[in-house]
Amino acid sequence: MAKFQGVDYYNMDSLLSEDEIMVRNTVRDFVDDQVIPVIEKHNREGRFPAHLVRPMADLGLFGATLPAKYGCAELNNVAYGLMMQELERGDSGIRSFASVQSSLVMYPLFTFGSEEQKDFWLPRLASAEKIGCFGLTEPDFGSNPGGLITKAEEKDGGYLLNGAKMWITNGTIADVAVVWAKLDGEIRGFLVERGTDGYSAPEMHGKHSLRASITSELVFEDCWIPATNILPLSKGLKSPLMCLSQARYGIAWGALGAAMACYDAALTYAISRVQFDKPIAAYQMTQEKLVHMVTEITKGQLLCLQLGRLKDQNKAKFTHISMAKRNNVHHALEIARIAREILGANGILDEYPVMRHAANLESVKTYEGTHEMHTLIIGEDITGFPAFN
Amino acid sequence: MKILVCVNHVPDTEAKIKPGADGLSIDPTGVNFMLSPYDEYAIEEGLKLREKFTGEVVAISLGPDANREALRKALAMGCDKAVLLKDGSVRDSFGVASGLAEYAKEYGPDIVLCGKQSIDFDDGAVGGMLAEFLGMSSISVVVKLDVVDRLVTAEREIEGGREVVSARLPAVISAQKGLNTPRYPSLKGIMDAKRKPIEERTAAPSVVKTEIIALRKPAAKNPGRIVESVAALAQALHIEAKVI
Repeated sequence: MAKFQGVDYYNMDSLLSEDEIMVRNTVRDFVDDQVIPVIEKHNREGRFPAHLVRPMADLGLFGATLPAKYGCAELNNVAYGLMMQELERGDSGIRSFASVQSSLVMYPLFTFGSEEQKDFWLPRLASAEKIGCFGLTEPDFGSNPGGLITKAEEKDGGYLLNGAKMWITNGTIADVAVVWAKLDGEIRGFLVERGTDGYSAPEMHGKHSLRASITSELVFEDCWIPATNILPLSKGLKSPLMCLSQARYGIAWGALGAAMACYDAALTYAISRVQFDKPIAAYQMTQEKLVHMVTEITKGQLLCLQLGRLKDQNKAKFTHISMAKRNNVHHALEIARIAREILGANGILDEYPVMRHAANLESVKTYEGTHEMHTLIIGEDITGFPAFN
Repeated sequence: MKILVCVNHVPDTEAKIKPGADGLSIDPTGVNFMLSPYDEYAIEEGLKLREKFTGEVVAISLGPDANREALRKALAMGCDKAVLLKDGSVRDSFGVASGLAEYAKEYGPDIVLCGKQSIDFDDGAVGGMLAEFLGMSSISVVVKLDVVDRLVTAEREIEGGREVVSARLPAVISAQKGLNTPRYPSLKGIMDAKRKPIEERTAAPSVVKTEIIALRKPAAKNPGRIVESVAALAQALHIEAKVI
């Protein structure tokens, strides 16, 4: 297969710095060399490619925006976004792994953790000596996380946790879970290590999407943790929502990567596939599809780039992030479906990446805030009327 | 150990090359440039030698400002410093090697590494010429390298097999695919590279021995033809192509 050359219809590269381009190209090479050759097999077998975790850590993909003193690369947000784009061009499950480790485990430790917690956990998570997961969603509380019922009580100089979490990426393989539970009615973050009595993390099976990623339940039955395991600066629902903003930012870029993979496959196929004596790319209806795809990708790139620049200036609001996540995932899924149509019957085979991306993006569209919730977040922002309930 | 690695900035292997309007150089529109792939093997080998013997790895490139990009990648992979011998002129291998030699004489490396050829003009001559300028041994197309004390033992690819040769340091080694697996520049390496120095000098005046007088695309190939049977194929090969 020819090496991926990127999708850059509007010369967006001219808006990137040399190191941003170098970060993207490094991750692009890694994905082409190490992820794409194995991902279909792992997806088919429903297995996470765990052997890629250490090479990803060696590249510095985990916690890449955090300070160098924890062993991290101190990337800006645009370079981080480009990295996520390339990872998801490989597979949404691979990008999800990096999102969780970075935005949902290292970020809350960095933001709400004590100095001791940071010094212990961040270097180990950056090097992937330790793997983390994030437990917010519960079986009955998805879009409404504020209603969560997992409970923490002070007991014997520590905390006793009871409750259950669901749809937790990396749960079964995680060494540490960042768990959100109510302590005296207020949401706080807690660290629960694998092997703690009363804690289990069974894997969920039967997924048609994100098959190369591990999804688990977390179960807490009188699970006692020491007092040092609370994230001292976590306070209320805002804390986990801050984590989600980080992750959603990466997803907005990631969706572009999945869309690029589908567009690239569809364009290549349309140029080589001959029907009625000429390539299908020479027919107007196919051209309209391809033009729509590249236009939406280009719009999404500009959305993400400006969002990243705002984020680097601390001017990005969570509503801005909602707009990019909502738009880019929606169009990525649409692009994956159109690519499937262009490829005809071939589109359903795992010889091509499009059906896998389409299936993955079905999850991405509803996780980390459903499309509808992001609509309502922006809706409230521009009208002043909350329409959630 | 003082290790000097010569690198070049060349059109991407996927680029579609067109001669420019002057008929002497390529049209750079839409062409991405990259660190020449064989130079990556040279850098990796330099970094491995530094890991074994300590010392420093200096990356050097002769060419225009754009060559900084190749040097940045070399720094991101782990080279300690970089030198740009700035020159906007068109040089043949002799001109490049003589320019590099000026710096190398001053620096006094224990070993010089370069790609077996840079994939733009494919002369494959700079390594050998550089060794000649420096009065060093030259070992080209190397796929395995061992250094013990000051003795280099290298396996080089030759037609149908491998040749094992040895030489005393200092020496110039040109790297062939298979010598090693070049590391990716880590994200931390990329960020650190921004803080590493690129020393800029004006290249010594160009002395060229050859000059490009025309750059042309190869003639278009005739399209293939599908014949209906093996018999028809045999007949076409015999009567039309006259190869059987």
